[in-house]
Amino acid sequence: MQASDRFNINSQLEHLQAKYVGTGHADMNRFEWAVNIQRDSYASYVGHYPMLAYFAIAENESIGRERYNFMQKMLLPCGLPPEREDE
Amino acid sequence: MDPVDAEIAKTQEERKIMEAALAPNSITFDTELYDGNNRFQDYNREIPANDEEENVDAMDNEVARKLASYTAPRSLLNDMPRGGDDESLGFKKSQRIIDREDDYRRRRLNQVISPERHDAFANGDKTPKPETRTYADVMREAALKREKEETLKAIARKKKEEEENKAAGKGRETVAAQPAQKRRNRWDQSQDDSGAKKAKTGSDWDMPDSTPGIGRWDATPTPGRVGDATPSLSRKNRWDETPTPGRLADSDATPAGGGVTPGATPAGMTWDATPKLSGMATPTPKRQRSRWDETPATMGSATPGGATPAVAYTPGVTPVGGVELATPTPGAINLRGAITPEQYNLLRWEKDIEDRNRPLTDEELDTMFPQEGYKILEPPPSYVPIRTPARKLLATPTPLGTPLYSIPEENRGQQFDVPKEMPGGLPFMKPEDYQYFGALLNEEDEEELSPDEQKERKIMKLLLKVKNGTPPQRKTALRQLTDKAREFGAGPLFNRILPLLMQPTLEDQERHLLVKVIDRVLYKLDELVRPYVHKILVVIEPLLIDEDYYARVEGREIISNLSKAAGLATMIAAMRPDIDNIDEYVRNTTARAFSVVASALGIPALLPFLKAVCQSKKSWQARHTGIKIVQQIAILIGCAVLPHLRSLVEIIEHGLNDENQKVRTITALSLAALAEAAAPYGIESFDSVLKPLWKGIRSHRGKVLAAFLKAIGFIIPLMDAIYASYYTKEVMVILIREFQSPDEEMKKIVLKVVKQCVSTEGVEADYIRSDILPEFFRNFWVRRMALDRRNYRQLVDTTVEIANKVGVPDIVGRIVEDLKDESEPYRRMVMETIEKVVANLGASDIDARLEELLIDGILYAFQEQTSDDANVMLNGFGAVVNALGQRVKPYLPQICGTIKWRLNNKSAKVRQQAADLISRIAVVMKQCQEEQLMGHLGVVLYEYLGEEYPEVLGSILGALKAIVNVIGMTKMTPPIKDLLPRLTPILKNRHEKVQENCIDLVGRIADRGAEFVPAREWMRICFELLEMLKAHKKGIRRATVNTFGYIAKAIGPQDVLATLLNNLKVQERQNRVCTTVAIAIVAETCSPFTVLPALMNEYRVPELNVQNGVLKSLSFLFEYIGEMGKDYIYAVTPLLEDALMDRDLVHRQTAASAVKHMALGVAGLGCEDALVHLLNYVWPNIFETSPHVINAVMEAIEGMRVALGAAVVLNYCLQGLFHPARKVREVYWKIYNSLYIGAQDALVAAYPVLEDEGENVYSRPELTMFV
Repeated sequence: MQASDRFNINSQLEHLQAKYVGTGHADMNRFEWAVNIQRDSYASYVGHYPMLAYFAIAENESIGRERYNFMQKMLLPCGLPPEREDE
Repeated sequence: MDPVDAEIAKTQEERKIMEAALAPNSITFDTELYDGNNRFQDYNREIPANDEEENVDAMDNEVARKLASYTAPRSLLNDMPRGGDDESLGFKKSQRIIDREDDYRRRRLNQVISPERHDAFANGDKTPKPETRTYADVMREAALKREKEETLKAIARKKKEEEENKAAGKGRETVAAQPAQKRRNRWDQSQDDSGAKKAKTGSDWDMPDSTPGIGRWDATPTPGRVGDATPSLSRKNRWDETPTPGRLADSDATPAGGGVTPGATPAGMTWDATPKLSGMATPTPKRQRSRWDETPATMGSATPGGATPAVAYTPGVTPVGGVELATPTPGAINLRGAITPEQYNLLRWEKDIEDRNRPLTDEELDTMFPQEGYKILEPPPSYVPIRTPARKLLATPTPLGTPLYSIPEENRGQQFDVPKEMPGGLPFMKPEDYQYFGALLNEEDEEELSPDEQKERKIMKLLLKVKNGTPPQRKTALRQLTDKAREFGAGPLFNRILPLLMQPTLEDQERHLLVKVIDRVLYKLDELVRPYVHKILVVIEPLLIDEDYYARVEGREIISNLSKAAGLATMIAAMRPDIDNIDEYVRNTTARAFSVVASALGIPALLPFLKAVCQSKKSWQARHTGIKIVQQIAILIGCAVLPHLRSLVEIIEHGLNDENQKVRTITALSLAALAEAAAPYGIESFDSVLKPLWKGIRSHRGKVLAAFLKAIGFIIPLMDAIYASYYTKEVMVILIREFQSPDEEMKKIVLKVVKQCVSTEGVEADYIRSDILPEFFRNFWVRRMALDRRNYRQLVDTTVEIANKVGVPDIVGRIVEDLKDESEPYRRMVMETIEKVVANLGASDIDARLEELLIDGILYAFQEQTSDDANVMLNGFGAVVNALGQRVKPYLPQICGTIKWRLNNKSAKVRQQAADLISRIAVVMKQCQEEQLMGHLGVVLYEYLGEEYPEVLGSILGALKAIVNVIGMTKMTPPIKDLLPRLTPILKNRHEKVQENCIDLVGRIADRGAEFVPAREWMRICFELLEMLKAHKKGIRRATVNTFGYIAKAIGPQDVLATLLNNLKVQERQNRVCTTVAIAIVAETCSPFTVLPALMNEYRVPELNVQNGVLKSLSFLFEYIGEMGKDYIYAVTPLLEDALMDRDLVHRQTAASAVKHMALGVAGLGCEDALVHLLNYVWPNIFETSPHVINAVMEAIEGMRVALGAAVVLNYCLQGLFHPARKVREVYWKIYNSLYIGAQDALVAAYPVLEDEGENVYSRPELTMFV
């Protein structure tokens, strides 16, 4: 790699992306990705009021309860992480 | 050789004759001053005295005069870098901080990095060990220092009195009676005698080393500290540093004084420390002497009780001990391994000069002169080498060479000039750094060192890398320092960093880096930093008064972080002793630092402390500093003082009646700062100070009065109208009295206060007119005020403010006569005032008589101006004429006459101004229906288009443009069809001003009057315009681009396009780029369908440049046309398909960027089918490595995300996220991430369904819910 390339936007892109929560990388496993997906989903449900209302009707719960449940589920959405094979 | 001999003989003969003619009796000078003719003995007799070519003045000589015109312009010559006073630094301007500092700021070097202090928080209730410095110790020392100061002052006073007595002849016995005291007095006196020195360092007494007091023992031997009262920076100081016997006697005298009175240093602390230090190093007297060597030790801290002092005096590190002062030979210095940076610089400089000025050897002369035609003469028998004492003096004391000249023996021990190879990949070390980092050069086995030493070494290495290393080295070193900060510990870190910051030769960049290190380290160390707070402050506080804005901000940030890390209590404990320090510099910086602390930790937290300080009974210095802190807080945090305004005012209000004048002054200034910060709110908080302030202005004079007036000036604008009017009348009496004050500072303050008072709502115009104006004009509107820049500004501002109240005629009427004053700066000031007044208020109040006077005066001033760099006259003229509008009509012929006459002037500047004036008044001329006159001016300007000065030509074009704009294309004289062909060659001019004005004019004509010009002419202009697309100035490029559009519209796109497409074949890349831009513009103005067919046809040319050009134009085109693109996307898709499959990288890159613009333009317009098709062609390029290509591809995919939605692109992504090949996964995750960042929410619906795995639930049941 040339010296001029080292600091251009492309080489920094991954670094920049890594600053955001929820982005992935080449060493990510299925579990980590799924956790991100789940959290994004719950965040999205909570963030869109109509969605929340829809789930509340479907589950016959109050909207506040639904919101609370979703937020709780964001803690460990997929359960405990599996044991790594390499460790 | 004979002819040569004859020549020489002849020359000598002639010279003898000339010398006879120049015999001393023919010269008339004061013989008592220049003693007779032996004066000429030293003169050089080798220069021929009678030669014709000797003419020195170039202007007397025809040849020289002619030649003179071939040299570079003076402006260029002036710009040429030339060695200034310090040639040693070459052409580069000195970067060192110290070189741009004034004496006051340099006092930072007198400060001492104090040893760390007891941290009450960390140690809890434990009694501190006796050797740790507690708050009580520090306070006691401060008190002692003050006491000593006062005693010394008393002694000095007494001495003075005694002298006066002596002078009065009251007997000498009293003095002789006390030999010990006399001795001391003599020493004092010697300090006093050096008048200049004393003036410079008013704080001689403040410096810990000026007397052998406790201060010295406390002082950490920092390298940066200037040891004694003479700052060792000036050149003459070198002599001080050379240990001459005379100086030695001096230095001996000093410690002796200390030795006689050991009882005078009774601080408990001192006795704790002294034996340790002396025990570990050398016996006391020796150390005292070595102080004069000025060699700062490597070690930062001489912490009492620590092991460090031992290191500090290890001869290995600083071989100072080896220099015996008893042998004061200059050469002795050579023995010293480490010299101070200042000395080093001097040596380097001196050596350089020595080298250049050394006598030429015979060999050198032989190589310089040709062998033929010269003969070596015997020196005349009367010749004696110069032995004048003055010359000798210059040569002697250089430590590098012996007196007279001899080649110095090579000393391999010396380290300068050739930097030693650094072990272990360390960066280059400047000679000045050796004393700090010298230890790194000792190639010791790291294994043998103790863990502490290893740590020190590690820190030193990292610091050196930060200070001198390359950016990557610096970055890693900085990170390591940060990460390991707690591991290294606060002590070792700061003991290394802080001395570096006190280094006298520090440069801005280095300081910035070191400060950054401190900042990072602070963050990590957090509460561990407490014992070092004062140490750090000593180094950082000077940044707060640095002239560089960024340094000040940096300093504030550090102190703010420091106070957050250490906490308020520690900060106060650290800074409290400095609040009543005897040195004003210390108090000043401390006050500023305190204000930063207040803004970091909140004002309420600091209030109780401030209150106590401001009411200190012990010393006025404490009160002064306390009040100054309030002032600094107000300045620093501005309107955020409002919630605490009342308490802040209450804290300082008693200062207005303080017994000390300085305290009263600073109190008033603080109130001014508070009022300024609070404006326009908060008057109720100032209620309590109104009375003392108003009483004060009646009783005070001079500086105090100025401060009080300033405070009032800032408070009055906060008041309600009624009160403001009342108080203004009260203060105005004083102000009017002070109008006459000769003091400049007072003048400025008075003007400012008048401005503030007048602008307040409740002050009536009549009052101002009757009470203020007469005196105001009599005292301030005088020529002298125009000479000082700040006075000038302030006076103009104040007068404009008054005019806002009393109206135009009152002001303009009073000063209009002065437009004909004989002093030009004064005329300029008058003109600027009139300009601002008229621009603010219009000219409707100006009556016929005043109008006449005004125009007359302005014309006079305009014509008489000799230099007008700021265009004051021009602007003034323009403003007045525009304000008068149609009323100028009767004067227009006269004005135009002046302009015409001046357009013909010899001076370029005058011509330029005349042309500029036309563009200013063109609109008014139109209003006055003077179209014929304008036409006439147009013709005149047209005739001057041959102007050779680009600045003037630019102005002439600007004037033409103004006229064309106003009278329109049809009525323009000369007619457009004549004007435009004349402009075409001017387009070639490379001067920016000409280009800009010309392209504006051409564009204007193309826009409004294209039909007046034949198409052929427009084509010609098109060619010229292509070049202009390269201009540096954006305005020119934009005007050119627009002009292309106008021309294409006027004559149809076909011809223009043909030219442009042909231009794609040229070699020069920049030209092609400009062409593609132009094509896109033409497409935009004339609709894409007129351009696309030709463009796409051009793609069939089998030539890389052309095809790339076409693609680039397409890319620009779709960027410009945006939504319009939806009609053309299907047409160009086959072309893009081809380009995206091309072998050439650039094809694919450009096509990808075209796709991006296309996708972004047509998002949401129903072109998804075509876009998906294109995405299929773009996608295989994601594995490209060339940065430009991959960038374009990624952007194309981003564009697709916008146009097609995130879900579609996600589906493309999914195939590779868990690909077995890492390289593939990396790329796909990169795309996924940018997709995720761009449209996280949209992805929720599109994520794949994952199956659960044992314990882990991956499914998302919510999405399957159905009502």
